[in-house]
Amino acid sequence: MLRTIDWTIMIVYFVFVLGIGAVLKRYVKTSTDFFLAGRSIPAWVAGLAFLSANLGAQEVIGMGASGAKYGISTSHFYWIGAIPAMVFVGVFMMPFYYGSRARSVPEYLRLRFDEKTRGLNAVSFAIMTLFSSGISMYAMAKLIQILHIFDSPFARLGLPQAWIFHFSLVISALVVLGYILLGGLTSAIYNEVVQFFLIVAGFLPLVWLGLKNVGGWQGLKANLDPSYTHSWLGMSNPHTNRLGVEWFGLTMGLGFVLSFGYWCTDFLVIQRAMAANSMNSARCTPLIAAFPKMLFPFLVILPGLIAIALPTQNLSNLAGTHATTIQGQSEGRGLIPAKMDASGQPIRDKDGAAELDYDLATPNMLLHYFPTGILGLGLTALLASFMSGMAGNVTAFNTVWTYDIYQSYINKKASDAHYLWMGRMATIFGIALSVATAYMATRFNNIMDMLQLVFAFVNAPLFATFLLGMFWKRTTGHGAFTGLLGGTMAAALHHALTLPQGAVPGVKGGWIATMHVYPSEMAQNFWTAIYAWTTCFVITSVVSLLTRAHEEKELVGLVYSLTERPTQHGLHWYQRPAVLAVVVLAATALLNIVFR
Amino acid sequence: MGLDIRLPIGFLFSIFGVLLIAFGALSDKAIYERSLGININLEWGVVMLLFGAVMLFLGRRGTKV
Repeated sequence: MLRTIDWTIMIVYFVFVLGIGAVLKRYVKTSTDFFLAGRSIPAWVAGLAFLSANLGAQEVIGMGASGAKYGISTSHFYWIGAIPAMVFVGVFMMPFYYGSRARSVPEYLRLRFDEKTRGLNAVSFAIMTLFSSGISMYAMAKLIQILHIFDSPFARLGLPQAWIFHFSLVISALVVLGYILLGGLTSAIYNEVVQFFLIVAGFLPLVWLGLKNVGGWQGLKANLDPSYTHSWLGMSNPHTNRLGVEWFGLTMGLGFVLSFGYWCTDFLVIQRAMAANSMNSARCTPLIAAFPKMLFPFLVILPGLIAIALPTQNLSNLAGTHATTIQGQSEGRGLIPAKMDASGQPIRDKDGAAELDYDLATPNMLLHYFPTGILGLGLTALLASFMSGMAGNVTAFNTVWTYDIYQSYINKKASDAHYLWMGRMATIFGIALSVATAYMATRFNNIMDMLQLVFAFVNAPLFATFLLGMFWKRTTGHGAFTGLLGGTMAAALHHALTLPQGAVPGVKGGWIATMHVYPSEMAQNFWTAIYAWTTCFVITSVVSLLTRAHEEKELVGLVYSLTERPTQHGLHWYQRPAVLAVVVLAATALLNIVFR
Repeated sequence: MGLDIRLPIGFLFSIFGVLLIAFGALSDKAIYERSLGININLEWGVVMLLFGAVMLFLGRRGTKV
């Protein structure tokens, strides 16, 4: 399937990312160099890394799958569920993160609140990042297996096909380990920028060929039901749109609670802005990232839409050379095959229709349109996206482990060289634990679903804590800690008492009783987040009023009303965060109107 | 931090561009049936080479961004 040119492109890329790590090794002398890139990164580099650290499997494969399943409505995860939060963190929150000189988000929580709030956030974040990294590795190894990338070299070497999964895991882990161990966060950021350009280079020709084939956007509209090509059509009622969510649940649950909870508080992305070379660069980082982010639906969602819009007979291009890739094609739609059970029969829903394997939308598009040569580039871009997501998690983990757990609770008085060594050790055992998590995912799928659910409960209330902490000086550590616990419990309780339509009580909800049925799992997730956030906000406010406030002098630089506004004197108009924010929001509003 | 990121990006894209152009020029035209008859290797290789050259030029000049 792959020829020498494809392998050459892949090998050149892997050698290259390791080479960047090797070149940067000589610049890593202190723990600040390793964990925070010496706070020397220019705004545009930090901005692209901010975006790329989030460009994991979920983005490239998951958004293509959602594009095929939900249509252009998937763009809500960008235009509603990312851009407003990125603007908010850049304009309003970065002055506190960067200005406080905190080395991590949990450390900001210690400065603003207290040790127990930091501990809760640090431990839950460290576990979550390893878990995410492991899931990303698992998804990549599974994809390599499904696409049969290594089949022919393994057959030629007489190695069993079952080893492909292990080989994929180990190679990806070693490459990421190599360049982070050598160059720390700088190496991760530089490689994330390379990966960003590579992902664009790999997917842009795919979208161009696909659109050319279906007759452009107008051709897509002619081939698909209007619900696929209008993002706001039928959003007044959850039963009249493909997402199964109404506008309020979407804008509050996704657009406010979940997206602000991720983009404004997740150290994985905030770390990139903290590495910027000045306060203004740190503020501009998420705003610069917002420009490509708002255009990414055209790169990652459109392939899914095109895959579902193509007439099924076009699959003949794939038959023969890639016959194994498209099992179930006769029951599929467009380029998307049916899901198959262990006996090779299509899995059917309760109405007898075959369930489609949407995760194969983007990979099958690559196989369908790309000949040898550019196929190697496309697959390299796919692997790059997995690796950038993995590296983002590992660099965030090694920083939180070293600064917020090891230095805070285990060894407080060691030298800087010791913490640098510990950071490198944390990278090694972080990746080893990620690999272990990936193997766990192969055996205990239900446990992984449960863990993801628990993390969703922990994350949902987080933004309420930060919002109150940064903008209300009366918020106390006891209030923040109690609010976080209360919000997490509210999320769990809401999940235990509700169920999505058609689901059975268990991991999908309703495990105490079923008091309400949501039209979709997405609607249930959004409302779980809304309840968790509201509970956290109320409990934090009430407990704060009942407990002793911090001295005002302790909160300078940490709270809005007690912090001097960053000056913008001497900056060109295009370097001013407020100007960038207005342009970003106007462009996003325009995209929402055009694709409404 | 010591290394202008545009240099490695420019270098990588130039290598990929040259590889794709060479393969596009030498390969059997039949393989382009799936890319709608377009020699996508040659065309996209030129785009990547040009982008790589621009990045190398900016990186070597040390242009402030």
